[in-house]
Amino acid sequence: MVKPVGPTYSEEQRLFQARKFGLWIGIAGMLMVFTSLTSAYIVRKAAGNWLEFKLPDVFFYNALLVLASSLALQMAYRMFKQQKFGLYKGLLSLTWFMGLAFLIGQYAGWQQMNEMGIFLQGNPSGSFIFILSGLHALHLLVGLTVLSVALIHAFSLPDRLTEHRKFRFELTLIFWHFLTFLWVYLMALWMYLA
Amino acid sequence: MATTTQEVSKHPVDLLIEEYGYDDHFHEHEHGGDKYQSGFIQKYIFSQDHKMIARQFLITGMIWGILGGLMSLIFRLQLGFPEESMAWLKPLLGKWIIINDGVGTLDPEFYYALVTIHGTVIVFFVLTAGLSGTFSNLLIPLQVGARDMASPFLNMLSYWFFFLASVVMFFSLFLSTGPFAGGWVAYPPLSALPQASSGSGAGMTLWLISLVFFVVSVLLGGINYITTVLNLRTKGMNMWRLPLTIWSFFITAIIGLLSFPVVAAGFFLLMFDRMLGTSFYLNEIFINGQALDRVGGSPVLYQHLFWFLGHPEVYIIILPAMGIVSEVMSTHARKPIFGYKAMVYSIASIAFLSFLVWAHHMYVAGINPFIANFFIVFTLIIAVPSAIKVFNWITTIYGSSYRFNAASLFAVGFVSMFISGGLTGIFLGNAVLDIPLHDTYFVVAHFHVVMGVAAFFGMFAGIYHWYPKMYGRFLDESLGKLHFWGTLIGAYAVFMPMHYIGMAGVPRRYYKFDSFDAFSQFAGVNKFITIAAIITFVFQLIFVINFFYSIWKGRKMKTRNPWGSTTLEWTTPIHAGHGNWPGKLPAVQRWAYDYSKNGRDFIPQIEPVGEDEKDDFH
Repeated sequence: MVKPVGPTYSEEQRLFQARKFGLWIGIAGMLMVFTSLTSAYIVRKAAGNWLEFKLPDVFFYNALLVLASSLALQMAYRMFKQQKFGLYKGLLSLTWFMGLAFLIGQYAGWQQMNEMGIFLQGNPSGSFIFILSGLHALHLLVGLTVLSVALIHAFSLPDRLTEHRKFRFELTLIFWHFLTFLWVYLMALWMYLA
Repeated sequence: MATTTQEVSKHPVDLLIEEYGYDDHFHEHEHGGDKYQSGFIQKYIFSQDHKMIARQFLITGMIWGILGGLMSLIFRLQLGFPEESMAWLKPLLGKWIIINDGVGTLDPEFYYALVTIHGTVIVFFVLTAGLSGTFSNLLIPLQVGARDMASPFLNMLSYWFFFLASVVMFFSLFLSTGPFAGGWVAYPPLSALPQASSGSGAGMTLWLISLVFFVVSVLLGGINYITTVLNLRTKGMNMWRLPLTIWSFFITAIIGLLSFPVVAAGFFLLMFDRMLGTSFYLNEIFINGQALDRVGGSPVLYQHLFWFLGHPEVYIIILPAMGIVSEVMSTHARKPIFGYKAMVYSIASIAFLSFLVWAHHMYVAGINPFIANFFIVFTLIIAVPSAIKVFNWITTIYGSSYRFNAASLFAVGFVSMFISGGLTGIFLGNAVLDIPLHDTYFVVAHFHVVMGVAAFFGMFAGIYHWYPKMYGRFLDESLGKLHFWGTLIGAYAVFMPMHYIGMAGVPRRYYKFDSFDAFSQFAGVNKFITIAAIITFVFQLIFVINFFYSIWKGRKMKTRNPWGSTTLEWTTPIHAGHGNWPGKLPAVQRWAYDYSKNGRDFIPQIEPVGEDEKDDFH
């Protein structure tokens, strides 16, 4: 017989755990969108009549940028836990601006593609890049909104480390890292298949 | 701690919970009134209580069930009585009935719209939202011993996204160009080119918007179901003590989470093709003699993305029904479910295999026949876990003193339907047989029996069984039995002949057969099917009346556990408030199927295993 084991942490923590887990589940769902589009991309490419072109440079720089933003947010989280609130706010703001810069960069990348003669319409090889990067940008916009809420909290709430705020920060962190992963993954995919 | 004077009047179940239960200090969090149940709007409309959300899903699903059923009657009238005047439907259908010399005929375009919307709403709104949404919401927190879902707010949003999807779809029925008419699968180019048919314009746009809302609803619901089952089980409720209902809802939610995003991606590309001129699905198409400027797309790509959801979708529909049937059967047979673990493993392997068989819907779409072999093999392997489940249901009722009531009859009816429909699935899983049968009524008969009618039977079993839990009153038993027999006989009368005309080669999707002499001999069969469909529909109205009458006037529930069930949902007060249990959470001591054990009729899950008692399961 399995001995019934009661939870060793508080009800609040239990609910936090559950919601964090829920976020991972949600991420799995989002990942499925990109997985299916990846498979569509690969299958469509294999079918021929596929226009090859060079990806805009800014996409590469953006990969570095978004990696750096993830690092900054991770540092912000660490500072928050160490109750160094000044650094925490600074790094959080830095992440926010890096996110914004990323979006602007993506837009510049799309412009660059248009200048090369690659448009949303036309050969699907270009359309796929627009769709995948566009969908990612849409997700990043959600991430930026989440970061904005985090920023508002950081500057409006008193400087205090609470379980609840730490938990919220962790959710933000997980989602932001996911967005970083996604862009690095997309770049790796395109470079591998090129 | 309660004082002894209070305990005297307490229900024995409450005493067990009091003694062994687990105190999560639930009501200590609330300051000044229950925010979930104060006021009409919070209680009945924007409710965050899972029991209310379950009822919202059920009633919305029922409304769609009636609408979808009525649509099928109209196109059945066309098929059964193509020569009769339909002028009498003019007040309802307006311009879709064309009157010539006093004879009304159904607009062929609208015939296709009816078929399309019938399929869409029954599959998604009734058998996904109405079935999974209702029972996952009602039973997951109650049967795992949780206060509510992990995120009651997302749970509420899940219903309201479904509601939004419903409103958009309903609105599309009234467009002057008609709702979408290209089939529930929405294959391009019919769905991708607004100029393809009158329903492909605004109708298709609204169809897409509606379905996107629906996908959001399913995902929000699914995230909650999975999270709640994995994280919020009460003390002692390990995975192997979960009732099979929870196992099936849990695995259903996982399938939904992995497959609905894929169709969303497919819809996303479709929207770009429709609105922004991309060519994902379109290739060298001529419309009215004009070549489109789209090149390089593949319509088969859409079919892959669609069926990657579409096939798991049929398990999203049938697995909850299977879980409900297992639970209802075991309870009314007064026997433990036969092969509990085998049931769980079967559900899991069906779920796994469901992702490997999608292209069996595409044998005639021009896929490589060698690839088809792969899909044939996996399709036929699904017969194994399915047969294990059927075997276990039969052995569960074998030798039992089965209580025949509306709920348990529908559970048996489910097994009957599942066997009948499953057998024809083995025919169709083989590409060699599917190619001649694919575009005939044989396919229509197959999927209606195995996932349409069977899932409805599971849903009815669940509604009759858990109605007292939902409303504190019983459905009328005699009307319930009448409903069962009418539906069972009616459904077979509708769909059995379809197998026959399908094997004779009568094609599906046709508006009428007057230019095909070969099929004129089936006019009589088609009449018979139509009449049977009308009668079967009338029997459903008996259920609807019974349902709404009983909410207010049904026989009141006097005891907490009317069926003598072991599971946790029957340990709450008859009218459970928010949080489900007024005091402590019940702790679970044993598995969910201790029926007829040690000379006792049943032993609830909250009762500790006795000294001299063997724990059957662990």
